Amino acid sequence: MGEKKGEERIEKKTEGGRNMSYVPNREKRRKIWVRIRNNAQLYLILAPVLIWYLVFCYAPMGGLILAFKDFSYKAGVWGSPWVGMANFADMFADRYFRRSVRNTLVFSFGGLFMEIPSAVLLALALNEIRLRRTKKVVQTVVTFPHFLSWVVLAGIMINIFSSTGMVNQLLHLFGIASVSPITSQKAFRWFIWLGGIWKEIGWSSIIYLAAITSIDQGLYEAATVDGAGRLQQIWHITLPGIRSTVCIMLILAMGSVLTNGRFDQIYNLYSAPVYDVADTIDTYVFRETFNVGGMDYGYSTAIGMVKSVVGLVMVLLTNKVVVSAGEQGLL
Amino acid sequence: MAKEKIKKGRPADRIGKLDIFLLAVLLLLALLTLLPFWQTLMLSFSSVASYAQHPLYLWLYSFDTTGYKTIFQDKAFFHSLAVTLFVTVVGTSMNMLLSVFGAYALSRKKLVGRRFFLNMIVFTMLFGGGMIPTYLVIKGLGLVNNLAVLILPNAVSTYYLIIMKNYFTSLPESLLDAAYLDGADEIAIIFRVALPISKPFMATFFLFYAVERWNEWYLCNLYINRSSLYTLQIYLRNVVISMSNTLNEMARQYLEQAGMVNTTAVQMSTIVVTTLPVLCVYPFMQKHFVKGVMIGSVKE
Repeated sequence: MGEKKGEERIEKKTEGGRNMSYVPNREKRRKIWVRIRNNAQLYLILAPVLIWYLVFCYAPMGGLILAFKDFSYKAGVWGSPWVGMANFADMFADRYFRRSVRNTLVFSFGGLFMEIPSAVLLALALNEIRLRRTKKVVQTVVTFPHFLSWVVLAGIMINIFSSTGMVNQLLHLFGIASVSPITSQKAFRWFIWLGGIWKEIGWSSIIYLAAITSIDQGLYEAATVDGAGRLQQIWHITLPGIRSTVCIMLILAMGSVLTNGRFDQIYNLYSAPVYDVADTIDTYVFRETFNVGGMDYGYSTAIGMVKSVVGLVMVLLTNKVVVSAGEQGLL
Repeated sequence: MAKEKIKKGRPADRIGKLDIFLLAVLLLLALLTLLPFWQTLMLSFSSVASYAQHPLYLWLYSFDTTGYKTIFQDKAFFHSLAVTLFVTVVGTSMNMLLSVFGAYALSRKKLVGRRFFLNMIVFTMLFGGGMIPTYLVIKGLGLVNNLAVLILPNAVSTYYLIIMKNYFTSLPESLLDAAYLDGADEIAIIFRVALPISKPFMATFFLFYAVERWNEWYLCNLYINRSSLYTLQIYLRNVVISMSNTLNEMARQYLEQAGMVNTTAVQMSTIVVTTLPVLCVYPFMQKHFVKGVMIGSVKE
């Protein structure tokens, strides 16, 4: 971002043709006003987008005051009585909330440790394989599930893992007792982690492949001359070459540890028997809030707020760590 | 396989053990990805008898179209198809219009306050009001159980907006300025200069938005409780996941009348019908995203 700021500063100077700081304040303001008026049409076409952001992003942020209130429909957001930090205090006493935090973290970090490495490995494999057509076919196939919704994929998964489904029939053939990850507390998390990889591995690998292609080919040639094997080249050239991309993906993933983007997946696959290991913050709040006589809106909002704030802090922290480790950050 | 063209680049390369290993791993991965879809397709044509006979069902053991017939006789299916088509067409148009206009304006350096607007937009990627405040805003706007709620909350995608803005920034400024000096206004520049030279890029965006709108289910799940406004995904969800919908009653009636219907076949047919349009546009999207166009850096 720093780079761009500099650019604008230079632009300002050259545009006026003289140093702007000598121009009196009022004159300066008039100049800006003229610039705005000259570009009225740009503002006109930008306006709908800005209005959209105000209505659908910033107005809800204002609604966060609900987290400090006891919401009642009659009184509305503004009229509801203040309750201070009571909604936040409630969280500590809420056993189901603690359970949902634990599950969310388990899904997030488990996913993090499996998804990023598996996508990197796929990118390395696709890059190393020298059969072009095979590479293309494999990439086409493994990227496809990314474009389907979890409703479709959950439907397919439920069918495959049902008692009469493919997996259990196969296990049956080998005389192994059937499993139903959909209702088994032991297997459900793996079901979610591996299902997530099934959907996203191809798509996630594209960004690493793009990073690999931008590595200087001369390095490989030099390494070959020096007698380095292919595995050594991967270890000493390719992996260091994509380190900064991995860091950026890591920052993004850390930002969403509490909003792990798995709502769609879990919501469409879980059921009451596995709530203990499956219920995340998002599914818990969603399920409870819209039930009749369910969770108080103020309480739901407070939970959402904690999630947002933690997410923001995590992004900033991870970014800081990454930058101080000498890598390029995100912000 | 050995006859395939070998990627050039590194000198003195031969097919070695590593290549065989990679080939095996990648083909296995592709097979594992594909198998569930293949079985879904096969099962959509299954009959009760053939399904009972072949538990693995990896081949077209019967060609029974009862599953498809059952859906195509269901009014609710066509209702939800109409809703989804409306959301896809109108929603995608709106997405394109807003992103193109917004991204173009934000890409012009002469826009006073550009940095402020950009920061305001990027901030929403890092922080948000959350579900309930958003729900109350949308309820306040009278959008609950309104067709517009399936479109408006997703009218802008910050991610795509910024990628598009970065793209417009990369266009040669002299080209746009030349048109400007010729007396064209901004809208004319967009339609006569910026868009015509970025057709493939815009086509990719169009398809990405279209697939997202086609897959719409979250907003419908949250804001719609009138079955006449259900999207296809919610219809599918009811058929496959919740199993509590008019179709199952129909299926049961069917079962009584025509002897037997395989509910698995009905469910799998619904999945096939819902997936087919995505599969049809997929090759066109694939051509572009492999080059990394869509996940080019969001970073500034």
